[in-house]
Amino acid sequence: MPSSPLLQVEEVSKRFRVQGRELHAVEKVSFQLDAGKTMGLVGESGSGKSTLGRLVLRLLDANEGRIVFNGQDITKLSPKQMRPLRRDMQIIFQDPQASMSPRMTIGAAIEDAMAIHNIGTKAERQKRVDELLERVGLSTVVKYAFPHELSGGQLQRVGIARALSLNPKLVICDEPISALDVSIQVQVIQLLQELQKDFNLTYIFISHNLAVVEYLSDQVAVLYLGEVVEQGPAEELFANPTHPYTQVLLQSILKMPEDADKRQALTSIQGEIPSPFNPPSGCTFHPRCPFATDVCRQKKPERKLVGSQHSVTCHLAN
Amino acid sequence: MAIAVSQSQQSVRRARKNSPMYRAWQRYRRNGFAVAGLGWVILFFIIGIIGPWIAPYSYTYADFLHMHSGPSWQHLFGTDTVGYDVFSQILYSVRYALEIALGATCVSFLIGIVLGLWAGLSGGIIDMIVMRAVDFMFALPSFFFALILVVLLGKGIFPMILAIGVPGWAGYARLIRSLVLSMRNGEMVEAARALGAPQWHIARRYMFPNVVGSMVVSLAFGIPYDLTAQAGLSIVGMGLNPPMPSFGNMLAQAGANILGFPWLLYFPAGVFAITLLSFLFVADGLQEAFNPKGGM
Amino acid sequence: MAEALLAIDDLRVQFDRGEDEVFAVNGVSFSIAEGEALGIVGESGSGKSVTLMSALGLIRENGKIMAGTAKFQGHDLLKMRPRQLEDIRGRDIGVIFQDPMTSLNPVMRIGDQIMESMLTHQYAGRREAFERTLQLLHEMGIPEPKARFRNYPHEFSGGMRQRIMIAIALACEPQLLIADEPTTALDVTVQMQILALLQEQRRKKQMSIAMITHDFGVATNFCDRIIVLYAGQIMEMADTRQFLLQPAHPYTMGLKNSIIEIGQRDRQLSPIPGMAPTLTEPPKSCSFASRCPFATERCRSELPALREISPNHHVACHRAEEVLAHAI
Repeated sequence: MPSSPLLQVEEVSKRFRVQGRELHAVEKVSFQLDAGKTMGLVGESGSGKSTLGRLVLRLLDANEGRIVFNGQDITKLSPKQMRPLRRDMQIIFQDPQASMSPRMTIGAAIEDAMAIHNIGTKAERQKRVDELLERVGLSTVVKYAFPHELSGGQLQRVGIARALSLNPKLVICDEPISALDVSIQVQVIQLLQELQKDFNLTYIFISHNLAVVEYLSDQVAVLYLGEVVEQGPAEELFANPTHPYTQVLLQSILKMPEDADKRQALTSIQGEIPSPFNPPSGCTFHPRCPFATDVCRQKKPERKLVGSQHSVTCHLAN
Repeated sequence: MAIAVSQSQQSVRRARKNSPMYRAWQRYRRNGFAVAGLGWVILFFIIGIIGPWIAPYSYTYADFLHMHSGPSWQHLFGTDTVGYDVFSQILYSVRYALEIALGATCVSFLIGIVLGLWAGLSGGIIDMIVMRAVDFMFALPSFFFALILVVLLGKGIFPMILAIGVPGWAGYARLIRSLVLSMRNGEMVEAARALGAPQWHIARRYMFPNVVGSMVVSLAFGIPYDLTAQAGLSIVGMGLNPPMPSFGNMLAQAGANILGFPWLLYFPAGVFAITLLSFLFVADGLQEAFNPKGGM
Repeated sequence: MAEALLAIDDLRVQFDRGEDEVFAVNGVSFSIAEGEALGIVGESGSGKSVTLMSALGLIRENGKIMAGTAKFQGHDLLKMRPRQLEDIRGRDIGVIFQDPMTSLNPVMRIGDQIMESMLTHQYAGRREAFERTLQLLHEMGIPEPKARFRNYPHEFSGGMRQRIMIAIALACEPQLLIADEPTTALDVTVQMQILALLQEQRRKKQMSIAMITHDFGVATNFCDRIIVLYAGQIMEMADTRQFLLQPAHPYTMGLKNSIIEIGQRDRQLSPIPGMAPTLTEPPKSCSFASRCPFATERCRSELPALREISPNHHVACHRAEEVLAHAI
């Protein structure tokens, strides 16, 4: 009998009220994630991918839907009931500097995570800080430093060490490499990969970088204006991108060509991402879609299976 | 082993040198005005404590033989119209001035911090009500408010503390609310929540250390303001009753005798002005030190 | 080869940080030919933006140009008085930045901002400038130019704001456009639009573009020639063709290897170890040596000069030939 997944997200929606207007940030998103696997969430700005990550962690409360973590429905738990569960689910932020107190040393920041949950004695925690720093590839001397003294790459490692200090099962990586230099990005990706293997971590990897998402993920969901437009196993989805938006995203990536004659033509998709306050009728992608028909303009598409687990939300898919 | 130990000691020392507080002090030290101001402020505090003991005369002792005499060795800053020694009067005044100004600043600050935290943390309707009250306080001339309170509460040190302190809360409340708001939705607090930190832990370990600088600066600006308010009340006769010495009383009397006995004005006004300037230099220095980019 | 429009020679820039000095640009020399698109690639702190910005007099207060010349059409920009430089900036040389929101005036209508650049440089009269602004907005792909003329920057999306920045930069038909990470803050679909727009404008107006970027994909697809900067020095400079065929500097190779592309799920990662240095004294040896798999004693003691290893292919590496042989 297959064990139940670590995380089940069922029809989760989130709306924000901004100055009296309603914004659909996340609209009926569902997915399941097995322990030790990686779910990639890709999309451009305003796609709701970061909001979705925060809904899973219950840093934001969903308006509708259910989030089941480790067999327990956490959708309705109070902040107090959530607290012990936070050890099992952690987050790594895009901007590690902003996520740390400028007045706490690195050592104190990591130790505080454990102190909050009353893990070990002070001496034990300090020993663990050393271990963690070494594990993420930093010198233990770093614990005496303040955030402003470290580079972006070093700080991101500290952010990872802090998340790991609680021995989490699930880690949400919210654009963890976007703010880093190219040569540092690969270092961090490699570290995340190693840690996943060593600690059997489950990742939700949020990024706008399709190639990195493809590289790291087992499952992928492509989001556009808060809705999943395409979802499935990474291999299948990237081998056979079916939603026009996924195709457009893939075409928009500028690869380094093999030689000068194979340079990409700079042809672009029309239009911009519409305002989430006022999403288009029917399929929200229709104003930018090269294949849009009248049906697309009027009717919201249903989710369709195009492979065993590969689904696409598009009228034209079959 | 020995090397490892000394290395980590070195690191600890290095960490202290790079701590935000130490760096703030480094920046403060480079500001000459702020250092000089701090010197005078410390002297002012020392006089506030030991003034009555080093004063050559009691503030109730009137030297009838030397009424309105100019500065001399016997009376360093001269005597006033009743024969009180101006130097001793100033030494005593410092204590009362400090008691009232510090007390009033504390009162303003305490009310401000409570209301500011309440508004910032709860948001919604409470936030709106508190902020409208802040607007109301700003619209009202606070000196007028203080006068009414003195009339209601009577004269004396404690009533003056309340009269000056109670109307002054609005600025602190607004500052603390805006600091709380800017952090409440920030990534640092979100990260702390993700770690599972309870509200009070977030407030104590994450928010407080990051606002303490701004609060110290606003307190430093508040004290000279309250010193002025206190002198102002005395000048219009709503301060401490003579013969209790206060800068306001001295200045009021000096104003009346400016033509005949100018030293009555020079010395108290000089000391008072230097003190106010010093407090402002200190406050400015702290502002620069805690928030180096703030001025630009 | 066409004549050099901008020739930078041995430029050295340093920043005063109070307790120490940072050597940001350490003897950079290159030129941009008329009509050429040059890609200046590097990571943060490599000096890629400081190099051109200091040539234009747009340097932070604590920065100092220590040596070098920057000749634009034969005249040294570094010797010009601020007035003269201002005149060239915005008229002969247009500049666009990564974040248009910080360089646009938030309280001024965008139409007026575009017109202003033409009026201050006496490029056109009022009437003509107005007509040309509408024309520019249309060319930039901004719908309903007449109506949008009167909008303020915050009423536009990020991509549209970047288009407005480009309109301002191109208003006086400059010969050189400096684009400092123009698409970094934008989503990929919008990035494509902006690059397509820049390419179209470049072809139409025959202007040169210096594209400062951290993205090899952008640089190699857009530019004719590539310069790779590291620690304020040119590591490699080559025609894009040559560059794609065989990068010869270990750093360039490492960077290229660091890019994960679509369809590489099964690939092993081989990151460059360590991180880029912040130089607090002038480089005396190869700045990349500590991270370089090919480094020898010579690399750690002797500063490699930028030398031409094949026509139009310059590399600053003692072991470039061996590295090339190894790579093939």
